[in-house]
Amino acid sequence: MKYLDEFSDPVLARRLLDQIHAVTTRPWAMMEVCGGQTHSIIRHGIDQLLPPGIEMIHGPGCPVCVTPLEMIDRALAIASQPGVIFCSFGDMLRVPGSGRDLFTVKSAGADVRVVYSPLDALNIARDNPDREVVFFGIGFETTAPANAMTVYQARRLGVRNFSLLVSHVLVPPAIAAIMEAPNCRVQAFLAAGHVCSVMGTSLYPALAARYRVPIVVTGFEPLDILEGIRQTVVQLESGSFAVTNAYPRVVPPEGNVPARQMLEDVFEVTDRTWRGIGMIPASGWRLSSRYREFDAEERFAVGEIHTDESPLCRAGEVLQGHIKPHECSAFGKECTPRNPLGATMVSSEGACAAYYAYRRLDLVEVGA
Amino acid sequence: MCLAVPGQVKSISERDGTLMADVDFGGVRKDVCLQYVPDATVGEYVVVHVGFAIQRLDEESAKQTLANFEQLGILEEEFGAK
Repeated sequence: MKYLDEFSDPVLARRLLDQIHAVTTRPWAMMEVCGGQTHSIIRHGIDQLLPPGIEMIHGPGCPVCVTPLEMIDRALAIASQPGVIFCSFGDMLRVPGSGRDLFTVKSAGADVRVVYSPLDALNIARDNPDREVVFFGIGFETTAPANAMTVYQARRLGVRNFSLLVSHVLVPPAIAAIMEAPNCRVQAFLAAGHVCSVMGTSLYPALAARYRVPIVVTGFEPLDILEGIRQTVVQLESGSFAVTNAYPRVVPPEGNVPARQMLEDVFEVTDRTWRGIGMIPASGWRLSSRYREFDAEERFAVGEIHTDESPLCRAGEVLQGHIKPHECSAFGKECTPRNPLGATMVSSEGACAAYYAYRRLDLVEVGA
Repeated sequence: MCLAVPGQVKSISERDGTLMADVDFGGVRKDVCLQYVPDATVGEYVVVHVGFAIQRLDEESAKQTLANFEQLGILEEEFGAK
């Protein structure tokens, strides 16, 4: 497809790799924040082609992975209520809650539907005026405009049987939390290109300056990632910590202004718990008071929720870059995409799922 | 989740007061909400995430980036610095 193939060209990839090798004089550790980039790096074996000292630390940018267990359990409770049609992106269905997931609830009779877009859920609500339709609104700044527009339209069109279960998370506070962690090894960040395409880059210079880390806005195709790494290494080698943009075809500095205005209207900043990581202050969005009547948390009383996380799963350490997925003893044994213990093994952006999908023969003992 | 794919705008229409587009992703056609890129025109490429265009794809910038990659390392090779 146009503008995907061009940025996968092997000759140019070699040229970029040669440049990275030429400028690297010592080891560096950088984090790609976004799980989509993690998958691209592992799928194309980019980390294995880099100079030996260059380490890619995989970040927490997988919304399915960091959605708090309490929120998954709340989703399961709402989906189980009679009369509810519970709509979600497909990734969420296998994410383990405390003992079950949305698939289990669906097979027990709940009306759980996978949709491509939140607008599909709104259309389901319009087609089913006698049912309550809930959309599980998760995601980073890239996805939030879609959910915001859907709630805005629900209010404008008077679709009162629609509501949103909101668990949005934000990248800049997560970068700050990673840098504040006592055992942080991250020396630079590849910033998530599509998050920046919505929000722009204005929040990053202050982070780069405060933590003295280069931040390079990076895309998702192999050449995009290699160019992001190249710009990062050039900065690290010269002791600079600026914000640069390696994805200018999709990221203007101001981001998407109409989307940002909509986000400002529909959402407000809130503290958010990240699964496996803990509470990060001011790291999420919830519906603003103007849209609170569309908040599924307010609309459905589900009683007290007691969460129960797998004692084996080390997803939190994976999400913070402390361990690589295959260093978890359950990886590929008790925990597989078919029977995941944690969300990082489920999501198309989870680091464990990426390692399992692309490297299992290297890393898992055969017959173990 | 943050996967976003470029596709070409084939036609634009208004539905329930909302700007929508028919977008072609290498042969797969999808209905896409164009409300956040309202000045996109037919024939342009937009970057689409969960049914919403979140940016237009700047073709000039794409070509420039690829041209820059072509040039990388050429000077060193010519001057025998490698």
